[in-house]
Amino acid sequence: MSNKSVSLHIDDQLITVPEGTTILEAAQSMNIEIPTLCWAENLTPVNVCRLCVVEAEGARTLIPACSRTCEDGAAVKTNTDRVRENRRMVLELLDSANDLSQSDNLQELISDYGADSDRYTDPVKTTTPPKVEDDLFVRAYERCVLCYKCVEACGDDAQFTFAIAVAGRGFDAKISTEHDVPLPESACVYCGNCIGVCPTNALQFKTEFDMREAANWRPEEQSVTETICSYCGVGCTLELHTQDNQIVKVTSPADHSVTSGHLCVKGRFGWQYVQAPVYRAPSSDSEQSAK
Amino acid sequence: MFGAGGGTSSYKEVEEADFVLLWGSNARAAHPIYFHHVLKGIRNGGSMYAVDPRRTDSAKFAETWLGINVGSDIALANALAREIIAADLHDTRFIEHSTIGFEAFVEHVEPYTLDFAASATGVDAGTIKDLAHRYATATTAQILWTLGITEHHNGVENVLSLCNLALLTGHVGRWGSGLVPLRGQNNVQGGGDMGALPNKLPGFQDIDDPTALRKFETAYGVPLNPRPGLHLTLMFEAMAKRELTGLYIIGENPADSEADVRHTRDLLRNLDLLVVQDIFMTRTAELADVVLPASVGWAECDGTVTSSERRVQRVRAALEPPSGTRHDHEIIGLLAQRFGVPWPTTSPEHLWDELRSLSPMHKGMTYTRLEQGEGLQWPCPDINHPGTQYLHGWLWEEDLGGHDPAPFSLTNHEGPKEKVTSDYPLRLTTGRVLDSYNTGVQTRGYSSPIRSGVDLEISHLDAKELSLVEGERVTVSSPRGSVEMTVSIKSDQAQGLAFTTFHFPELVDLNLLTNDQWDPLSGTAEFKAAAIRIDKLVGNNRA
Repeated sequence: MSNKSVSLHIDDQLITVPEGTTILEAAQSMNIEIPTLCWAENLTPVNVCRLCVVEAEGARTLIPACSRTCEDGAAVKTNTDRVRENRRMVLELLDSANDLSQSDNLQELISDYGADSDRYTDPVKTTTPPKVEDDLFVRAYERCVLCYKCVEACGDDAQFTFAIAVAGRGFDAKISTEHDVPLPESACVYCGNCIGVCPTNALQFKTEFDMREAANWRPEEQSVTETICSYCGVGCTLELHTQDNQIVKVTSPADHSVTSGHLCVKGRFGWQYVQAPVYRAPSSDSEQSAK
Repeated sequence: MFGAGGGTSSYKEVEEADFVLLWGSNARAAHPIYFHHVLKGIRNGGSMYAVDPRRTDSAKFAETWLGINVGSDIALANALAREIIAADLHDTRFIEHSTIGFEAFVEHVEPYTLDFAASATGVDAGTIKDLAHRYATATTAQILWTLGITEHHNGVENVLSLCNLALLTGHVGRWGSGLVPLRGQNNVQGGGDMGALPNKLPGFQDIDDPTALRKFETAYGVPLNPRPGLHLTLMFEAMAKRELTGLYIIGENPADSEADVRHTRDLLRNLDLLVVQDIFMTRTAELADVVLPASVGWAECDGTVTSSERRVQRVRAALEPPSGTRHDHEIIGLLAQRFGVPWPTTSPEHLWDELRSLSPMHKGMTYTRLEQGEGLQWPCPDINHPGTQYLHGWLWEEDLGGHDPAPFSLTNHEGPKEKVTSDYPLRLTTGRVLDSYNTGVQTRGYSSPIRSGVDLEISHLDAKELSLVEGERVTVSSPRGSVEMTVSIKSDQAQGLAFTTFHFPELVDLNLLTNDQWDPLSGTAEFKAAAIRIDKLVGNNRA
């Protein structure tokens, strides 16, 4: 970022920011909320969801706040009727083709924007069965909104593995491994960084999937504890999500300087020994000796 | 290095470094999230060269890979130094101001010509010359290494040879340049910082420094043994001589992890008393007279660990431990009470505050401060100190901050102790894979879809010569023992080199093969270089 600064109005308030600051970043610094879906602080914006659009004076079209940088003298409105109408339509379109039920963020927006979920009558809601190909994570693409976040995290924003990409066009577009091979046969290294950035729970831990299937997933009873991974000496911060004294999933804070929210397969999935009694069976004799 | 045992640079710095030399490290597999920072650096326009006998997952990201012969690191380092000097690319002003022993060093590296290094390492002279020039002319440059450097009979000399390169070029003690040993185990840095070394008190204070010792004696209220203790390898030697007959092992599994492990197991069995404190019934625990079940440090206990960038970070209890297990510090305290020592009931924070009162480099790190941010990097001498991003900035200060100048070290290329012979014609080296860890007691607990590393990887050229096919079971022997393994044929592996991991001792008792020749300075065994032979299975089991 350069040393030069630019001044602009956002929702009639004047703000001066370093050149290169995005409208979203500037608005966030002013506590002005702009909804996002495909944006994440640990990824490069890909500009596909159009949920963060705002209106700039003199501009013909709405502009994406996540990637457009602030220009000197600009006047930006983040919450006009036109902006709200567009966001509502984006939400209605998303809801027409995907199962958004497991995205708290989108459910909240749908209600805030008064989006009519049935406006586009049952066109093409996908009903692909969840892909359960291993014991670590599940891909339920009926919830996928093609935000590209998983592709970015798997690619040059973090992991540089490039195991997945968007394949196909239009309604046939989907996230796919090379030649659509099952995940264990693909280039995937099971870091789970795609799960970490997925906004709709299309990608989720197998533990979560199984608990939901058994009607045993109770987020309101879960707590999150920050600790440090026990494997190599890098010192990655882990957020242990626990329910009933069991770890149910592991994440890392996106704003952390060590991890940027990303982990490896061991940190994200290698915790099961902690609660697997088969590996932790001190015999009753040895228990005695501890006392 | 130069007095303190820690990596010089922060992770952030590698993202901005102009040149990165990854040497004897497969960080992509062993330190994956650190490698994200390296990849960011490459994406930011930095360059990486990799030195490794294998073209590892990490080396595949390098601009140039130098596939050296196992154990020829010093030949390469000294030749790089000689070339840098010959091409007049060394930093004369830095050398004069901040180092000693340069003249002797110049003389010492004189025989290490590019041609000599080429024949010793197997890398062509032009590539070695290119690396020397790239490293020396970079604006900022870091050398990163792990066990490919240290797990040799002369590991300390290997490290010193890399330090020489940094001293020659001034690539240390400033932002973006440095010497970075990546720590293989969680909190191996913290363990050393806490004085879990034979000759150190907490905070790298010397046990034979009477002033330091007196400080600890006053705080603890007891006289302390002023003599340095034994490191692991010397302990095993003392066991062999029956000078050491009782052992208390906390969270280590030497019955699987030591080189020449059959010998290790015999020594453990011959002890009068073996106490093992662990979260698992490991193979070592199975040999114990007493097992003390501990709770899991990072998920069931509060405390701190210290990372590769010297960052002290909080770990927190997220789970109730299983009944019958206890926090390590509690077990030790209760044991002390049974010995009749009036040891007060304490807490991790109380113990930490005691450490802060005794270790100047930790003094400023209160639990409150550690809670607030992402932890603090030592040294952090007072409560307003922000912590230290990189070490040895004093090398660039006018008066060297009161330090003695940093010495060049004279090191000699020797190669591995165990030479390949006509009986044992292949070189076996070991390493980690991405999804497994050490002797596997933890990583066996989850079902990884990408599990690998149990096979013996060999070159297609050797496979052809020995008439072996992919997946064939073979007998692998070293002068110490034999195991049965499955062969995996690699088209990009050097002829004469075999590789495998040590993560699956329950499937392949690999450390029956490895060499326990050890470095007299560090006590580390030569895991990275054994001589082996591969035989086809004949008739009934020869293994």
